[in-house]
Amino acid sequence: MNWLLVIVGGMIGAPLRHLTDAALRKRYGTGFPWGILAVNVAGSLILGVLTGAVVAGAASSHVQLFLGTGLCGALTTYSTFSYETLRLAENGSRCHAAANALGSVAAGLGAAFAGMAAAEALWG
Amino acid sequence: MKRDESAAETAYVTRGEGKVVAAVAVGGGMGAVARYAVSLWWPTAPGGFPWTTLVVNVAGCAAIGVLMVLVTEVRPTHPLVRPFLGTGFLGGFTTFSTYAVDIERLVREGHARTGLAYLALTLIAALAAAWGAMWATRRAAVSVSTGWRA
Repeated sequence: MNWLLVIVGGMIGAPLRHLTDAALRKRYGTGFPWGILAVNVAGSLILGVLTGAVVAGAASSHVQLFLGTGLCGALTTYSTFSYETLRLAENGSRCHAAANALGSVAAGLGAAFAGMAAAEALWG
Repeated sequence: MKRDESAAETAYVTRGEGKVVAAVAVGGGMGAVARYAVSLWWPTAPGGFPWTTLVVNVAGCAAIGVLMVLVTEVRPTHPLVRPFLGTGFLGGFTTFSTYAVDIERLVREGHARTGLAYLALTLIAALAAAWGAMWATRRAAVSVSTGWRA
């Protein structure tokens, strides 16, 4: 059951990332990886809320495996984030690469803190 | 010229989009479950340094470095290889959300220094792994192709 929840969550999260990335590329071009930044920040926010809900007893371990380990885990990515950062450094500019790396980490971390605070306000 | 190329590309993308999304979904499910398996086999102690997530993320970054050089620079591959292995499997295997929430949890539990070390170490090791893998794959590709010519 646990394995199935993670697989199904991953099978939803990864295409969601792909489609978001494709939509944002179409709109804003391929110069800066806005799509990967967006899914990483959104996923960190959702996982922050979910972790807060689990701590408060408002979400079960099954929900955590499906939404957290599966969906948020596959929605967000470190490999494409690293690759896109290096691609920017090679082809674009080092400033954009540094902005992507530091901006992603700062925004992702901010989203995780905000999600956790929201969960505390809701269920704390 | 440029407009024609992009129109052709758009038509191609639309035709193959269903297959691409399916390949990403299957790869993503497999990547997520592989990460889950590693986390069960090597669990992180409460308040401890999240080595498991760090190793998963760094390994995935090394793998994507190899894959992207192979499919974009070395030789043309089947159009579903990159969506399945790169976007799907490696994208589902590595995670940014767990990384961010792990740091938040370490800070909240009073281990701010560990959280900061984890933040910096993951970022540096992930970029170094992807860069090193790309460099090594390019070098290997060059020596293989010169070997063929000789």
